[in-house]
Amino acid sequence: MTRQDRRVLTDKIITALSFIASFIGIAALFWILGVLFYKGFTALNLHTFIYDMAPPGRAESGLRNALVGQLILVAGASLIGVPVGVLAGTYLSEYGGRNGKLAKLVRDISDIMMSTPSIVIGAFVYAIVVAPMGHFSGWAGIIALAIMMIPIVLRTTDDMLQLVPGSLREAAVALGAPKYKMIIQVVYRGAKSGLVTGILLSIARIAGETAPLLFTSFSNNFFSTDLNKPIASLTVTMFNYATSPYEDWIDMGWSAALILALFVLGANITARFLIRKKKGEK
Amino acid sequence: MDKFLDSLFLNTSRIFAITVLVVLVALFIVLFKEAKPAIDAFGLQFLTNTRWAPNMDIFGGYPAIYGSIVSTAIAMLIATPIAIGIAIFLSELASPLVAAIVGMAVELLAAIPSIIYGMWGLFYLAPILKDIWGGSGLGLATAGVVLSIMIIPFMAAITRDAMKTTPDILKESAYGMGATRWEVLKDVVIPYVKSGIIGSIILALGRAIGETMAVTFVMGNAHKVPHSLFEAATSIPVTLANEFTEADTDLYYSSLFYLALILLVISFTVIAIAKFLFLKRVQEKKI
Repeated sequence: MTRQDRRVLTDKIITALSFIASFIGIAALFWILGVLFYKGFTALNLHTFIYDMAPPGRAESGLRNALVGQLILVAGASLIGVPVGVLAGTYLSEYGGRNGKLAKLVRDISDIMMSTPSIVIGAFVYAIVVAPMGHFSGWAGIIALAIMMIPIVLRTTDDMLQLVPGSLREAAVALGAPKYKMIIQVVYRGAKSGLVTGILLSIARIAGETAPLLFTSFSNNFFSTDLNKPIASLTVTMFNYATSPYEDWIDMGWSAALILALFVLGANITARFLIRKKKGEK
Repeated sequence: MDKFLDSLFLNTSRIFAITVLVVLVALFIVLFKEAKPAIDAFGLQFLTNTRWAPNMDIFGGYPAIYGSIVSTAIAMLIATPIAIGIAIFLSELASPLVAAIVGMAVELLAAIPSIIYGMWGLFYLAPILKDIWGGSGLGLATAGVVLSIMIIPFMAAITRDAMKTTPDILKESAYGMGATRWEVLKDVVIPYVKSGIIGSIILALGRAIGETMAVTFVMGNAHKVPHSLFEAATSIPVTLANEFTEADTDLYYSSLFYLALILLVISFTVIAIAKFLFLKRVQEKKI
């Protein structure tokens, strides 16, 4: 075998290995998606949306209270996380400067916060909210999710605002606009689709979180919108149902998983679409 | 009026930016404060004590720490070659159309909530592994496999992004001199993006070690150091998820916070190493 043959052969082997690795990885992932859709749709019907959680074996059993609880938790976390994250990101990009000391530190810390184990955040919120209050509550769940959300929104806002050309800012200031007006009317507008994308992705990210809710918002078998009481969520319900011995609960757990996955994937695809549209315009 | 609004806007945004720092510092302080009784009672021996007996108020963190480290190590061993294979496929081998489609699929899979991976592991993977390995099908090996599947998309996506930072002109020069694809990869791309790849792997490790929901279902939840990888075990996040609401004594509660603090310190260190030692260059290039 000549040197040339050997080189070509090595190349072929590596190429094949890389194909196999991709195939194994992608096959496993599609297996999971297949299971999710197959199992999710078997138990999914109108009952899922109009009845509350019920003891196993009951026909009038659904996920209405968990769906509503999940929406309240995610919406509540977004109401705190989005304004705080966007304004903090604005500070980094517009006031802190690319190399400002505080801005740099906040950027690094948010990167770390983004990867902090979510269960640790759950324990933290338990200690500062649940223990003093004496009981689980929707508020605690909202706070836990908001803590996870802020660094994500902050970092994308920072990145997106920095993409807005400096000349636009200078033009606004030259016309005599005060800085806050320049930011709101020129910078935010220029970065609009990027900001929306970042917010959507962060909502999708926290919507799938279970660990921080296990001992903050806990769960509730009844329909409740009272944030001072424990509140049901899709994710914690999935956890409770999947670990139960009852067939019908397990099936319903898969339905909850499917609803959640469709929401998360939908938000991700929408976000991608928005970014692409933006790129196309340019 | 404008002056007032201007300073209001500046100060609100600055306070919110500082909030992030406050939360992180508070996280450490609160966990330490809650863990204090257990730290006083067990000291550093907590890290090596294998006994976890809540009924006798004896708590040792070793089984959980061991479980976390071993399951993460298994996950990394499986996920790293596959994820790098996918990254090579996406950045060097696939046609642009295939790369776009598969790349998008990988990114979407990275977004799927981890609890779904856990449910799949419990109902589909564990029975199969039970037939192959025997035992209950639950344990560190199963947890490692589920974790690896969960982090593959994430690791593949960021490794691919790192590989893409290689300037085309470098690759073209190598091809122009008659190098094969593997030679370009080995001698041009990988040396160029080495720190990015290592950073991506460590970042995925940080994610795996703190993951709760993907492994809670398949760990088996037994508080001991297992004799084999196929026996029921536990890990730090799994212990927290299962026992937090059951902690009935102060020492029990505080021992759980001790575990949470250990997890926070481990993940903080791992992520800081990935970010500051390895990923700095990749990020600077992106901007």
